[in-house]
Amino acid sequence: MTPLTPVQRAAYWRRNRNLMMKLMVIWFLVSFIFGILLVDQLNLIRWGGYKLGFWFAQQGSIYVFIALIFYYVRAMRKLDKEFGLDAE
Amino acid sequence: MDLAQITYLVVGCSFALYIVIAIWARADSTQEFYVAGGGINPVANGMATAADWMSAASFISMAGLIGISYNGYGGSVFLMGWTGGYVILAMLVAPYLRKYGKFTVPEFIGDRYYSDAARVVAVLCLVLCSVTYVIGQMKGIGVAFSRFLETDYETGLYTGMVIVFFYAVLGGMKGITYTQIAQYVVLITAYTVPAIFISLQLTGNPIPQLGLGSTLQGGDTYLLDKLDQILLDTGFKEYTTTLRYSTLNMVAFTASLMIGTAGLPHVIIRFFTVPKASDARRSAGWALVFIAILYTTAPAVAAMARLNIMQTIEPAPNSPMTIADRPEWFKTWEQTGLLAIEDKNGDGKLQYRADPTENELVTLDNDILVLANPEIARLPNWVIALVAAGGLAAALSTAAGLLLAISSAISHDLLKRTFMPSISERGELNASRGAMALAVFGAGYLGLNPPGFAAGTVALAFGLAASSIFPALVMGIFSTRITREGAIAGMLCGLGVTLFYVFQHKGIMFVSDWRYLTGLGERWFFGIEPNAFGCIGAGLNFLVAIAVSAVTREPPASIQSLVEGIRLP
Repeated sequence: MTPLTPVQRAAYWRRNRNLMMKLMVIWFLVSFIFGILLVDQLNLIRWGGYKLGFWFAQQGSIYVFIALIFYYVRAMRKLDKEFGLDAE
Repeated sequence: MDLAQITYLVVGCSFALYIVIAIWARADSTQEFYVAGGGINPVANGMATAADWMSAASFISMAGLIGISYNGYGGSVFLMGWTGGYVILAMLVAPYLRKYGKFTVPEFIGDRYYSDAARVVAVLCLVLCSVTYVIGQMKGIGVAFSRFLETDYETGLYTGMVIVFFYAVLGGMKGITYTQIAQYVVLITAYTVPAIFISLQLTGNPIPQLGLGSTLQGGDTYLLDKLDQILLDTGFKEYTTTLRYSTLNMVAFTASLMIGTAGLPHVIIRFFTVPKASDARRSAGWALVFIAILYTTAPAVAAMARLNIMQTIEPAPNSPMTIADRPEWFKTWEQTGLLAIEDKNGDGKLQYRADPTENELVTLDNDILVLANPEIARLPNWVIALVAAGGLAAALSTAAGLLLAISSAISHDLLKRTFMPSISERGELNASRGAMALAVFGAGYLGLNPPGFAAGTVALAFGLAASSIFPALVMGIFSTRITREGAIAGMLCGLGVTLFYVFQHKGIMFVSDWRYLTGLGERWFFGIEPNAFGCIGAGLNFLVAIAVSAVTREPPASIQSLVEGIRLP
């Protein structure tokens, strides 16, 4: 693996940080916003026996968390490849 | 075979399995002892992390906390908090610490902040939070034994100590990893099987996560609506909407558990066992998958078992059951003190009400929901035996992970890196075994003579991890400007203010006579309860560290390149 130039390293780190930032916004949205702050409004919507806000707080947020981590894993694998950092 | 025999058989088999694994997975080097050689498959490590993480509290107490104490919706703080932390762990902590490629959490803090003082402060935080945590696990082992196998608490605790001693001292992280994988399989089976049965009985849907949103058998009433209705009729608050104190308190509580999770050393060191930084990310994802199987089942168990209890006690509105005719499981659990009834109005019937002057179910312990769940739902004996083995697996696996975090901090950070740098590899391996043995005995002693603070331990462990360790790690990775003075001041302030608030409410070291400033009242800081205070301590830690760093000399150039190095995979 050829060592990255300082400019490339900064670019890699910036892309990683932007990706994290986006995913953390979703993380915050499904837990703190949907699950707690907007729970009363969402509870007006029903999904079968679940009130939607309650569902986010006790089920939905957890499923989204899993999806976020695996999305991050995939996106980072692509980023590593792009910068030639995936070699063993 | 009667229940006791089946339970002995199931628990005995699970223990034999752990011992076989221990003999097979001996550690021969410090690398194997601390990080299992660093070659664990990320999926396998995810499973081991799940067992490491899910403690006696998750397995035995959490569903009851949600279903009873926190009355449904309020319990969401545990569900979101204890899973959302893995997102932070996967993105902000684990891959970078894995890239750094050392053995312990204080080691990173000591190196990054170029200071033995920072290393020692980190060891102090680690030991404080891990020791308080491990006492709870030892108690869990003793309690599970005494309830299911009808031995004394002491015998149960000794047996648990011998098992942990065997595979933790012999195998270190390597032995612990493989036993944790086996323990995960035992505990998740034990948790989901009764949940599937009870969901089938109540809703006809075998998947508890779907059953919770389904209609009840033989009708078109939704389960949650029925539960809301029954609770309102008996004077309780609605299950699906009741807050834990306030919206702000729930936000703080969830945030504290999330960042506490991402700062717990015994969880972080599990990610040192995989080959690469990218594997650490993947492993965190798998850990959350395995954890989520239990954490999405728990709210179903909580609501369904609560409904079952309510309906057993009062099959139809205003016709409570006659106390003399109460089911057998009721009497069994009364003997353990987890249930207690008192016929206050003398009508021979059991009224379970929210109003304490009318309520006749005077004790309903949170743990009953999971422990007695199979009996309440009239499930076969082997299911009850399985729950016993599962509870023990949960407690043993977490205890082992914590003991490793403690012993490696002592043998590696204090001896090798600070006080005896010339110690040989063989000498350090022996020292780590010795430290592990000491930690097992220490934890056993504290389990036998639980200090007053045992009850509040989990809250304290999360508060400490959140307010001291997590900020130091994140700032160490994401900023090159934080100095050693800033980090040390930040850790001590975060730790100090969290201890101050918790002890102000509960007494110093949880001795209730040692409370101070009681004039401030309960939850005086914006209505936030002590268990939810970790995020405030963490916020202060960040502020202090940034402020102090701004006025102290910036870190040496070697630290700049260290930080830049860990940012690349």
